[in-house]
Amino acid sequence: MSTTANQRPADALRTGDGPRHVAPSAGAKKIGGLAGWVDDRTGAAKPVGYLMKKVFPDHWSFMLGEIAMYSMIICLITGAFLTFWFVPSAGHTVYDGSYVPLRGVEMSEAYASTLHISFDIKGGLIIRQIHHWAALMFVVALVVHMFRVFFTGAFRKPREINWVIGSVLALLAIVEGFAGYSLPDDLLSGTGIRAMAGFVQTAPVIGSYLVYGIFGGPFPGEMIIPRLYSAHVLLIPAILIGLFTAHIALVALQKHTQFPGPGRTNDNVVGYPVMPVYAAKAGGFFFIVFGVLALIAALVQINPVWAYGPYDPSPVTAGSQPDWYMGFADGALRLLPGWLEFTVFGFTVSMNIFPGALILLPLVYVILGAYPFVERWVTGDEREHHLLERPRNAPVRTGIGMAGITAYTVLLFASGNDIMAIKLGMSINDLTWFFRVGFFVLPVVVFWVTKRVCLSLQRRDRDTVLHGRESGTIIRTPDGRFFERHEAGLPEDQWVLVQHEAVAPLELEPEVDEHGVARPAARKDRMRARLSRFYFADAVNPVTPAELAAAHHHGHETEALEGSQAAGEIESAEPAGRH
Amino acid sequence: MNEQDPHTPGTEVTPAGSHGEAVRLDEGHVVGTGGLPDRFTNPGLPHHVPRMADLDESAAKRAEKQVAALFGVSIIATLLFIVLYFALDVDQTVFIPGIGTTSATNAGLGVTLAFSLLGIGLGAVHWAKTLMPDEEVVEERHPLRAADADRDEVVRVITEEGGKSQIGRRPLLKMTMGGALGLFAVPLVLQVGGSLGEMPQKSLSLTWWNGGPSGPGEEPTFKPLRLMKDPENQPIKASDVTIGSVYHVMPQGLLPDPETNEGGAEHLLEEKAKAAVLLMRLDPAQIQSQKELDWGYEGIVAYSKICTHVGCPVGLYEQQTHHLLCPCHQSTFDVTQDCKVIFGPAKRPLPQLKITVDDEGYLVSAQPFREAVGPSFWERG
Repeated sequence: MSTTANQRPADALRTGDGPRHVAPSAGAKKIGGLAGWVDDRTGAAKPVGYLMKKVFPDHWSFMLGEIAMYSMIICLITGAFLTFWFVPSAGHTVYDGSYVPLRGVEMSEAYASTLHISFDIKGGLIIRQIHHWAALMFVVALVVHMFRVFFTGAFRKPREINWVIGSVLALLAIVEGFAGYSLPDDLLSGTGIRAMAGFVQTAPVIGSYLVYGIFGGPFPGEMIIPRLYSAHVLLIPAILIGLFTAHIALVALQKHTQFPGPGRTNDNVVGYPVMPVYAAKAGGFFFIVFGVLALIAALVQINPVWAYGPYDPSPVTAGSQPDWYMGFADGALRLLPGWLEFTVFGFTVSMNIFPGALILLPLVYVILGAYPFVERWVTGDEREHHLLERPRNAPVRTGIGMAGITAYTVLLFASGNDIMAIKLGMSINDLTWFFRVGFFVLPVVVFWVTKRVCLSLQRRDRDTVLHGRESGTIIRTPDGRFFERHEAGLPEDQWVLVQHEAVAPLELEPEVDEHGVARPAARKDRMRARLSRFYFADAVNPVTPAELAAAHHHGHETEALEGSQAAGEIESAEPAGRH
Repeated sequence: MNEQDPHTPGTEVTPAGSHGEAVRLDEGHVVGTGGLPDRFTNPGLPHHVPRMADLDESAAKRAEKQVAALFGVSIIATLLFIVLYFALDVDQTVFIPGIGTTSATNAGLGVTLAFSLLGIGLGAVHWAKTLMPDEEVVEERHPLRAADADRDEVVRVITEEGGKSQIGRRPLLKMTMGGALGLFAVPLVLQVGGSLGEMPQKSLSLTWWNGGPSGPGEEPTFKPLRLMKDPENQPIKASDVTIGSVYHVMPQGLLPDPETNEGGAEHLLEEKAKAAVLLMRLDPAQIQSQKELDWGYEGIVAYSKICTHVGCPVGLYEQQTHHLLCPCHQSTFDVTQDCKVIFGPAKRPLPQLKITVDDEGYLVSAQPFREAVGPSFWERG
């Protein structure tokens, strides 16, 4: 090499070229030729080895995201199968398949091919049903996974990006689901598309152009099925998979959060390695999710499109309901009163429709995505958080989350107001009014109740710790009194009750400093301090060692009053606690 | 505690309560460690408790057999799936208690597929729980933030190395590149946006009742059209409409001949989506609106069936109360009050179609709808 020292580095590399033989390592022989072949060309051994040793913490709630992930993969597998037979066309045809009641009926090719999959392809119906159930499971698991992440504070720094990605994934999943269940072009889903066309049309200024653009002309036209198909099998899945990959990569990069517990700190991950434990558990869990979905699909019918008939814009089925995840937007449409529509300068503004149909859906996800940033601004907390919070230890956040879920649930139930009215024998008008009022009142009530419950649970945690561990040792004093000795110090299983941080609201500095100069940041700070008080004013903080010691001391004083002679003995017999 | 934070001047705060230590805003609400009463120390990982299978080889053997049995279930289920796939006919049905009669292939293939998958999954998980190591492993976390030197290097590369492109001192290049990059998406967006479909023109305000095809660009001239029963496509004699009866009606010429399936509108569904009409006969004494009476014929009134909310067909007619209810979002219209909205999210009444009778006694339209049917839109007026 020394001869090439004056040359450019690239030339130096060239002189080194030539047949170089490196003796294979012991591991390379064992792992076989193919893996070695790949590693020679990619150097994959290092990252793969790292990933296989990666540690994941264990908790049942961490499976929720897994269920969502696996349901999505199952949707991709079964969806690919369905494309082999589904014809995404609104072209007219006359059905002549084996479902007798619809023979000779005019329908679209999309509907006819869905019937074909359901009745003439062996195993076609089971694939279709798994696809639909998996889609429902996907959104359910995704939503519950978001609950877990929200209520445990897992969205805090450094995971805000992943929370935003997750929110976008959740929104896309819903749009993907809507596009999917609209494809068969049956009467029910067609009515859904009709409503969609209706509310798109109400968008201010551009509504009628927008709806003609989407449908390629007047509703229903022949373009909507192929366009929804393109969105459903190509556009949205591509974005879904891309974002999902980023989501998972960030989880691996940032390492999974863990619940607090003995030995678990903000600086470590306690759990099991991928190889072999999670390879078996997570790999096996994919088969369990798939198996459960197959079992449901085998035994429980979903979306029997043949019972609805082909789409026709003039008839309708009573009790028309979207799939559950579109329910809240449909519920909003049912609740918004008609008087919100008005005409100004000859133009119609349908405030009774487009806020619920066009604005609500993105708005919900914008609020969701923005929450971590709001909370971080209020708390001013710039540190990384890898330990999850118990929901009770963040009473206001838990309350906000429950209030949000309540508002969502009111809208969801409102989308079933007709079904409820029939099943419960109630007036649909009363139910609608109940939901209208409930949308505003119930979240406030639920917020307050949740916060109180959280504070009470925190106080109970404090009581449990301050009470001390009952030793089971009964002591009889010389004068014949009995009492049980409580051990000082913190038992290991109570660590989780005291591990969280003490919190206090931010306090405001005077708006004018000691020289009488106004502080420009005062107004922003005032807002922040107010929000901080909202979050932390009545915080219940964990027991400190000093408090625990004081409580024990107090306890012994009481005992000392009861049996003054014994008190000294007991005090001295006390084992040294963690003071 | 840092008394003077350069980034947030003057935001020093004191926490509520009695500790008296300053808390910096950029450290948030968390009471700092300085001078605080101690927190409990983390007791460290609990002792590992060995499982049965770790201590007792016969328990481990038992677990092994259980896992093997689950894998065996999977193999058997897969074989059964293959057998059923060939043995069952696609239209065979089977009775399952609690579920009813259902497709035999769906139930058979689904259940065997489920067990084939569940056997693998449950076997693997049981294996992991009973035989694989269950002693917890600790992995350290490291701050995600890159070292300052690396961050500085990125900034240096972008500014210094990137600067070698001379973009900073050649504004012409900066402007033209910005312009070109800013504009290059326009052709793509224009191609898609401009070619998505026809513009509505007047078509949202027209229906077949205007005299014929009502799509974009059509200029139909009004002629009286008979009200035809849907789907029979038969004209309706006023004398045949009894009080309390309801007909689902389409305009003459829209529907194809039910026998030969010929004729009718070229864009059938698009025309039906706007032209559908409900025909009802009420006792004229019950009708409270003079305009409704005038536009009807002896208590026979015709209203658009397309909901003014988001366009679902208003499918439910309550004969006793004369209410029309939309099954999608429960807008309720009172037929005795010119289909005024009496409940629900719709704002406007259903448009009325003015009808009369022709020489042969059949019901015909006297004029087209005077306003756009269906959902609102910006320029409907």
